[in-house]
Amino acid sequence: MSIVVNNLTKKFGAQRAVDNISFEVKTGEILGFLGPNGAGKTTTMKILTCYMAPSDGDAKVNDLSILEYQDEIKKKIGYLPENNPLYYDMPVLEYLKFVADLQGVPKDKIQDRIGEMVYVCGLNVEKHKKIGELSKGFRQRVGLAQAMIHDPEILILDEPTTGLDPNQIVEIRKLIKEIGKHKTVILSTHILPEVEATCDRILIINKGKIVADGTSDMLRKRARGEEMVRIQIKDSGNKDVVASALKGLDSVAVVDFVKESNDSFYVTSKENQNSRKDIFKLCVQKNWVLTEMTPIETKLEDIFRELTTN
Amino acid sequence: MHAIWVISKREFNSFFDSLVSYIFIVVFLGIGGFFTWLFGSDIFLIGQATLQPFFSIAYFTLFFFIPALTMRMLAEEKRIGTIELLLTKAVSDWQVILGKFIACLILISVALALTIPYYITVWAIGPIDHGAVWCGYFGMILMSMAYIAIGLFASSITNNQIVSFLLALFIGVFFLIIFDVLSSSFTGTISQILNFLSMSSHFDSISRGVIDSRDLIYFFSITFLGLMLAETSLSKRNIVE
Ligand SMILES: Nc1ncnc2c1ncn2[C@@H]1O[C@H](COP(=O)(O)OP(=O)(O)OP(=O)(O)O)[C@@H](O)[C@H]1O
Ligand SMILES: [Mg+2]
Repeated sequence: MSIVVNNLTKKFGAQRAVDNISFEVKTGEILGFLGPNGAGKTTTMKILTCYMAPSDGDAKVNDLSILEYQDEIKKKIGYLPENNPLYYDMPVLEYLKFVADLQGVPKDKIQDRIGEMVYVCGLNVEKHKKIGELSKGFRQRVGLAQAMIHDPEILILDEPTTGLDPNQIVEIRKLIKEIGKHKTVILSTHILPEVEATCDRILIINKGKIVADGTSDMLRKRARGEEMVRIQIKDSGNKDVVASALKGLDSVAVVDFVKESNDSFYVTSKENQNSRKDIFKLCVQKNWVLTEMTPIETKLEDIFRELTTN
Repeated sequence: MHAIWVISKREFNSFFDSLVSYIFIVVFLGIGGFFTWLFGSDIFLIGQATLQPFFSIAYFTLFFFIPALTMRMLAEEKRIGTIELLLTKAVSDWQVILGKFIACLILISVALALTIPYYITVWAIGPIDHGAVWCGYFGMILMSMAYIAIGLFASSITNNQIVSFLLALFIGVFFLIIFDVLSSSFTGTISQILNFLSMSSHFDSISRGVIDSRDLIYFFSITFLGLMLAETSLSKRNIVE
């Protein structure tokens, strides 16, 4: 089931929390929603889940507009809100039954679905407790369980792994990936490796506007056009000689020394060129021993910072 | 319809989880019984089998208790954010409001049903006007509907239970006394309007056994208006500026 967002805007007073954004998510795609605090991620999600109407623009879930077909859309969406609000005075099982009932899960299927959710979210040991008695991570699991209980076509998860222990994070990421094969998932997070680990595509928003949209590889390429490698050369004698020889290569743009070492260099190629072959040949020719050559990837953190500051 | 019922059931159970319902029922029965049997104009004194004293006291008890039942219904959900979770399920704002309304009404009906032994014991003492008794119960239900709707409205416009409780009492007290008092200090049309707005005149005529369509319209209008305002204020988040 696809989601198509068209020129969506949400104003709070004079502030445009979401400012004219458009994007698309296809079936079987996991979209990671990134952005600094207050960027408008949660607001966008609240609009997509039909909790709030947008000030302007439209979004279509499977060709149904969120402005008109709220009832149909809500049935198809599983939503985990940001602060995971739950009825603390209800026992876990009773709560899951309540949600299943509300979402129209057929009576004879309810127990099966609850059983499955308890299993996949690792709730078995705590399932008879009241939600208010659970630890934060277990509450988060209940939040995930209630979002998925009716086997929705679309999952919208606002920071799904906050408060989970490392084991459970791995489990939940695996689960999201699994679900994302056949369904449509949008998740927001501040944990950048998480996006790389789970998402097919990344959407970065800043101050309500989309500043990047693409796979993590695409974002990397966009952020830095030139290739950069770190190399280590032994038995060369003088490092200044090495540096100037490297600079002399046709494909090399910049050579920097690595601070903490006196035989390592960062070599940046000219745009759209590859310098690794030339470096290797140079070392062979000069009889230098090349002990390391590592491509330096731009970290997602750097891309994120670059796109969302100033 | 199913969604309304699911919400009602949850609300009703949560009354019992939080002891609110037990306190309500015990106090309601206690005060009602005390005034019916023991205090002041009790049946031994006036020597007549009637539930009138019970109804007059229940009239005040419910006035205080209903806001206590409704105060958290929307305010608390808004404060802790569960309203977002609820409204992103396959339910509409109306279904949420009606579900809560029905839960509250059922709890009050249960409390009223538990006073039927009073009726039976009074009946055993002497001849009783059965029509007036059943009309009295009916009037209680109508009045409760109006107060629940007012309470839900009060709960819908704030995140704070105490504010919600006080506001419901404040609105309620107009219908309980203020319109009544004011109507006697005016004359002519204004007085008539104020008198029509006062709950006691409508309740009294019903509890005497006379069910007039004007009284029914009165209670249903307040109920409808209260629920509609509650729905409007709940769906305010959707307003496009
Ligand atoms: N109900 C509201 N009334 C007024 N302003 C609001 C409201 N909800 C959100 N905002 C504003 O909209 C902006 C976007 O908020 P939003 O919660 O969408 O950010 P976010 O991207 O989810 O941030 P975070 O990473 O901190 O969760 C913020 O500046 C916030 O103050
Ligand atoms: Mg957020």
